[in-house]
Amino acid sequence: MSLPELHKNHVRLPDGSIEKTTTTLNLGPTHPATHGVFQNILELDGERIVSAEQTVGYIHRAFEKIAERRPLYQITPLTDRLNYCSSPINNMGWHLTCEKLLGVKTPKRVDYLRIIIMELARISDHLICNSVIGVDTGAFTGFLYVMQQRELIYEIYEEVCGSRLTTNIGRIGGFERNFNDIAFRKLEQFLEEYPKVLKEFENLFKRNRIFMERTIGAGPISADRALNYGFTGPNLRAAGVDYDVRVHAPYSSYEDFEFNIPVGKTGDSYDRFLVRNDEMWESLKIIRAAYQKVQEFKGAEAEVFHADVPEYYLPQKKDVYTKMEALIYHFKIIMGEIDMPAGEVYHAVEGGNGELGFYLISDGGRAPFRLHFRRPCFIYYQAYSELTKGAMLSDAIIVMSSLNLIAGEMDG
Amino acid sequence: MGLTNEHVQQRLQEKFGETLTDFQEPYGFLTFTAPKELNLKVLHFLYDDAELRFQFLTDLTAVHYPDRTGEELAVVYHVHNLVDNIRLRFKVFINIETPDVFTATNLYASANWMERETYDFYGVNFVGHPDLRRILNVDEMDYFPMRKEYPLEDETRIDKDDEMFGRGGHYDYGNTTDEATGSTVPESEQQKDTYPV
Amino acid sequence: MARPVRFNIKEKELESPASYMGEGFSATKLEEVIGLARKNSIWPLPFATSCCGIEFMATMGSHYDLSRFGSERLGFSPRQCDLLMVMGTIAKKMAPVLKQVYLQMAEPRWVMAVGACACSGGIFDSYSVLQGIDQVIPVDVYVPGCPPRPEAIIDGVMRIQDLVGKEELRRRGSDRYKELMISYGIQ
Repeated sequence: MSLPELHKNHVRLPDGSIEKTTTTLNLGPTHPATHGVFQNILELDGERIVSAEQTVGYIHRAFEKIAERRPLYQITPLTDRLNYCSSPINNMGWHLTCEKLLGVKTPKRVDYLRIIIMELARISDHLICNSVIGVDTGAFTGFLYVMQQRELIYEIYEEVCGSRLTTNIGRIGGFERNFNDIAFRKLEQFLEEYPKVLKEFENLFKRNRIFMERTIGAGPISADRALNYGFTGPNLRAAGVDYDVRVHAPYSSYEDFEFNIPVGKTGDSYDRFLVRNDEMWESLKIIRAAYQKVQEFKGAEAEVFHADVPEYYLPQKKDVYTKMEALIYHFKIIMGEIDMPAGEVYHAVEGGNGELGFYLISDGGRAPFRLHFRRPCFIYYQAYSELTKGAMLSDAIIVMSSLNLIAGEMDG
Repeated sequence: MGLTNEHVQQRLQEKFGETLTDFQEPYGFLTFTAPKELNLKVLHFLYDDAELRFQFLTDLTAVHYPDRTGEELAVVYHVHNLVDNIRLRFKVFINIETPDVFTATNLYASANWMERETYDFYGVNFVGHPDLRRILNVDEMDYFPMRKEYPLEDETRIDKDDEMFGRGGHYDYGNTTDEATGSTVPESEQQKDTYPV
Repeated sequence: MARPVRFNIKEKELESPASYMGEGFSATKLEEVIGLARKNSIWPLPFATSCCGIEFMATMGSHYDLSRFGSERLGFSPRQCDLLMVMGTIAKKMAPVLKQVYLQMAEPRWVMAVGACACSGGIFDSYSVLQGIDQVIPVDVYVPGCPPRPEAIIDGVMRIQDLVGKEELRRRGSDRYKELMISYGIQ
């Protein structure tokens, strides 16, 4: 039968009845490739994306409203759950904000210990992001290798604060206990084992032809558009702007350390991968330098692990039982009856995703009057529709995972 | 010669005169208040001026001050000059009955979602916003939860006993009157006729 | 030529279910055999929303290895999975999505609530968080913790294995189960 005869029996729809020429695809909140709960409604023309609309808020936990009820030290567990892959950075950022409000200056040893913990957290965050980019391109092995190294980092956290993931590490003014020998030994073990693992991981991806062809050109953004969209962190540095809060507004004695800021060119997924990779090497350098500086403190100075903030730092139990002031402060802190000084302060730290800002307004009561988190993920996710315009569906997945979107930080 | 807070303040006062008020520097951060009609003009001035170059919008949020009648909501902008490394904060106070402010989305693309979040939490109406609807909360929500008059908890939950959490409960044990019956004795302590003898 | 094995050399005898043994055969109840087969080959669906999801990733890693328990293959499609592991906070916006995923699963299906937020709302007693997923779907095992250690998640999986192994064949059609489903609004 010839073709026209075959077509004679087909149903013919009236002309103009099909107006839509694009397919709507719901890359829904539950999807294996979206590492977190956010939704993308894509309009596809075949395999190309015509437009993308994002929906967030599937894990909105009302942090800012909860924080209006709690005294300062009880807000730290909330900050943990912002970017939960690198929760010590959030905790330290919050403590630095409180210390700015209270006018507390921490001793150098505390600063260096904080830097060690924050850079470990940054390594932990970038490891997840880079290995997950690998998983999304189909390379599962890298992910399994580096999870083992993250277990080492978790063990270091456990020695200091007792918990692995949502750490609530540190207190206003310092740490809750001094780092013991086991923690330092684990840190040395990490510093010895980790470079080899990172080198192996890098070799799997950096000059891998399949990986490069998938990620180069996926979701590029120019520096101007990135700045206009409020990008910060590795995503902005991949676009060519070397803005790093650790260098621009150094906190916690970062000015004592020398490190480079890796910068990319085109801002596509390959550049983001490379920037994060290089940042991990820089973090390793910083941890080594900080550890060396910590070891230089000898004698009584080596026992210092917190500043003197009697109103917010829980006193030692032996002092509570013997001294009067310690007893009173212990009571007031536990019952939550300490009043903060009034004022408004904004402090930013370099989180795993960029500038994590804390805007705290205090009216002199026990809980903040208003606390706002400047969450980098929320701000740069808006650019997703621009990044994926005209890209193919598989590129959309790569762009999403290379932006390192953490749902907890996005919705907050 | 770097840009200093005083220089920025001087330029702003030259341009806008007395309309910008309340210049302060809490913790070294220049802060001032602008009237709501001028918020976009101030942002444009800070962006376009060749010397000031505040071309990065760090944050956009709102605060609810229930005690300032007539000016309850404050929209707060944090801008940053990345080249000279100087930050600036300015506030715009608006009435809670007619919370209209001009949108900054034409200038900064990042303001899009930040304004939607501010609308979602406080009900600030950004005039000219391309797509002003709720972003983080459920679409059916009919109130603005971050305002001070609304509670944190969900009032309809049944499994948590507010008495045990130190809030809620009907009586202050003798100090208040039950609205329905007009008695001042809590229900558990009332003598009932049906009580078995 | 085998390397000398140093670890895990202590063999553990697994008990076989109560059966009537003969030469070359053993007869036991159908329930036992099906339970045994099911419990050692559970296909989980990780519904990971937040921090507990990262602890689950650590559980799937080689240090705490969940695949020892037969859960090597994670499925992300509810049509193919047996165990819905809800890990992380479920907000009210997400609850209908969760219910829809649960409805798409085929019987027999089990649900595990991992983490304090899934069990009861966790530390977030706020207007936007669902105070426990058992408000929308029936839950079999609750694993508390914030986040629970990988050992705790594995313990939860082992409890699910106990439930799966001892389940009656007729349970899913019984009246009591139907009442439970109706109480959740599921037909």
